[in-house]
Order: sequence, then structure tokens, then C-alpha cells
Amino acid sequence: MAGLIRRLRRVGRITEPAPAAPAFEAFTDIARSGSAQVRHVDVGSCNGCEIEIAAAFGPVYDVERFGVRLTASPRHADVLLVTGAVTRNLQAPLRHTYEAAPAPRIVIAVGDCARNCGVFAGGHGVVGPVSDVVPVDIEIAGCPPRPAEIIAALRQVTGR
Amino acid sequence: MTVFGVVTALLQVVLVAAVGPILVGVLRQLRARVEGRVGAGILQPWRDLIKLLRREPISAAGTSWVLILAPVVLMGTSLAVAVLVPYVSTRSATANSSDLFAVVALLLVGTVVLTLAGLDTGTAFGGMGASREITIAALVEPAVLLAVFALSLPAGSTNLAVIVARRVSDQAQLASPVSLLVVVALTIVTLAEAGRLPVDNPATHLELTMIHEAMVLEYSGRDLALVEWASSIRLVILLGLTANLFLPWGVATQAGALALLVGVVAFLAKLLLFGAVLGIGEVFIAKFRLFRVPELLAGAVVLGFLAVMAAFFLVQGSG
Repeated sequence: MAGLIRRLRRVGRITEPAPAAPAFEAFTDIARSGSAQVRHVDVGSCNGCEIEIAAAFGPVYDVERFGVRLTASPRHADVLLVTGAVTRNLQAPLRHTYEAAPAPRIVIAVGDCARNCGVFAGGHGVVGPVSDVVPVDIEIAGCPPRPAEIIAALRQVTGR
Repeated sequence: MTVFGVVTALLQVVLVAAVGPILVGVLRQLRARVEGRVGAGILQPWRDLIKLLRREPISAAGTSWVLILAPVVLMGTSLAVAVLVPYVSTRSATANSSDLFAVVALLLVGTVVLTLAGLDTGTAFGGMGASREITIAALVEPAVLLAVFALSLPAGSTNLAVIVARRVSDQAQLASPVSLLVVVALTIVTLAEAGRLPVDNPATHLELTMIHEAMVLEYSGRDLALVEWASSIRLVILLGLTANLFLPWGVATQAGALALLVGVVAFLAKLLLFGAVLGIGEVFIAKFRLFRVPELLAGAVVLGFLAVMAAFFLVQGSG
């Protein structure tokens, strides 16, 4: 425990300074309330986007300072963070997750796979991009997108 | 029933209800700072609540009125306890009713109603969370009863207002062996009942390790807001009770605006102190394996029992 305290004191704050706020545009009445609960849904991702999302919630980028929090249930969620090209097995779960979230919910398609199937386009197990299954509000390009881009999209929702 | 009494009772409810989410925010902020993060600020739980109150609640297919009623009952019992327990003053209008057994029973009603709601959802995680919560409640209740009963022996009453007033006037009691045993027992009880580490991890996203969170997975919108708000109020209730029993300084025992002001400031300061110790302490411990939790709580029961014995012999010895 003494070692841990010494390390905590030595490291101090490791979060990078916040970039300037993006230009906000209103989506729904829940947007810009300073708070967004996020449910992450992986519908067939290679895990590259997951690593970047984990980094966004980590100490260096600390997206929680803008009022974003991950939740364990779609019922608690305002935002669905969908990664990967939609595979056949996860088409129905994605639709169920969308219906389980209270309206109005904001769907963010993270990464090239979620936007246009990326390198998996035309694969035998792939249904299509996320927008074929549920309506998408925000798209984040990149393979994988950088944490800063994911954070900019989430800040659009919280308005902070 | 005096004007002062009524004002105090109302003030306590408003104060506890307003401070609940802020205390949760302070705990999260402290944790974020220790982890090297910036944190969302201490007002973030209030922002979450205000947003949730504006969102539609969804009733899952196959659920009954139990799911709808539970948040209201949980909130009602929590606010009732906030009126009864002498947080700011021992001269509140409800001081005569602030019986130890009534307070414990009201808290238990809230726990049981939430477990029923967990069962009502019919999901695997809801039932699992309910069974765990009841297992813990069955061990917590005897511990809290024994602990406060030990404090009631020197005061000669199970009324919390009398106990706190007695501890303000006779501060030699505060460092007695009875007090020291009870402080440990009540701290363990508070951690377990409020769902904090090492009994339950309030920040977990892994359903298999959840206790409190598993029961509320199906709640949304303003129902979820009520459950979360009531849970934060319960944390204030338990921390505040522990704080006032062991650091009773500042609790108003006389009527008067100045005494009331001192009471409010002292209550907030004690809450902040206990919250800071809890928030920073949580960084250094991991959650217990579920099967070790009963051992911890059994320890609290034993400490409570020893405290009752010690109180009995000490009272007999001195009297």
C-alpha cells in the first residue's frame, strides 16, 4: 500500500488537457444535458475499436470529465455505441438492444466497419452496416478511429 | 410540537435529499483524482438525475405493479428515515419517534421492496441480485441492531435522539470500549448496506459481480432516477448516523437559529470527512469474493454482541 501511495504521488494527474469544445448541434431533447449514459454494443468488431473506446475512458483521455459514463444495461442508456459490421448472429440482438433503450436514443456507429462494413464488406456472415438495422445519428470514420474522435462525438451528445 | 421542531424536520429531509447525489459525486471525484483523472465534477450525479427524470420509463414485458411501486416505496422509506434520525438537531418534531427499531425496519422495508422488484423483472440477473441482497440484509440487520443497542444501554433508551443527546453531554462515553467496538461494526454495516467496496462495487459493468446494480438493470427513465437518488440518500443516512454517533459535536441540542446553523455545518463537515475516508480507502481495496462477505458481516455481528456485553457490564459496574 505504501508503494502504491508513493506511485500515486509521483504520477499525479495524467489526463491530457481538454481540447476546445466542438461546435454543438442539437440532436434530441436529451442532448446537451451535460450527461450521457453509454451502452457499448459489439455486433462483429475485430476489437480494434474496443481498444480505442477503452482508451477514451482511460486516465489519459478521461471522457468521463465531459459527463459520459458506461452502463451495464441498455435501459439506462442514452447512447448506443455500436462497433463492427453487423453479423447475422447479432442482427436481432442489436435490434433488441435498440428497442430496450428508452426513446429518444442516439446511435453512434464507431469505425469504418460500422459505417460501410470496411474490409468485411461482402463477407458471407455480414448483414451490412449498422444503418441497415437501426437508424444511425452519428458516424465516426477510421479503422480504428482515434480516441479523440470518439470523444468529440460523445461531447456532441453531452454538450460539454 | 414547536415551530423549531417542524423547521428542523423539514430542513433535515431537504438537506439529506440534496446532499445525497453530491456525496456520491464527491466519492467519484475523489476516486478520479487519486487515479490521475480529472473527473466529471461533484455535481455530475445531479446532472444525471435531472436528465433521467425527463426520460420515459419503460416497463419490460411481463412485469407487474411491483416494479412501478418499488422506487416510490424505496424513496418514501429513505426520506422517512431522513426525518427521524437526529442529523442536525435532537429537538426535531419527530424526535419522539426516532426509535432505533423503527429506523432499522424502515431501511429494511426499502431493501425488501427493491429485491421484490428485482424478482419481478424475471431476468436471471434480477433474481441473482435479489438473492444476494437478501443474504447480506439478513446478516446486516442483526449487526446494526446489536451495535446501536449497545449504545442505547448507557442512555437507557432506544430513541436515537436521546442516545445522541446523551453522547453530546457525556463525552467520556465516546472513547469507551463499547464505542470502539460499535464504530467498527457500524462501519462494516454501512459499507454492506450502501453497496460500497469491499462488499459490492458500485462502478462495475460485469453483471456476474453485481448486487445492487443487478436488481435495477431493468429500470429506466424517472424510475431509475428515483432508485439512484434513494440509494444515494441511504448512503447519507448510514454515513450520517455513524458520524453523529461517534462525532456528536455540533448536533443542536437546544432550540435556536444559531444552533441549527451550527448543526447543519457540522453535519456537512462530518459527512465530508467520512466520505473522504471512504472514497480514498476504496481505491486501495478490491471487492471481496462473494463467499467471504458473510464472514465479514458475521464479524460485525460478533463485534456488536461483544459491545452489548461490554455495555451491560460497564453500566452494571458503574451503577
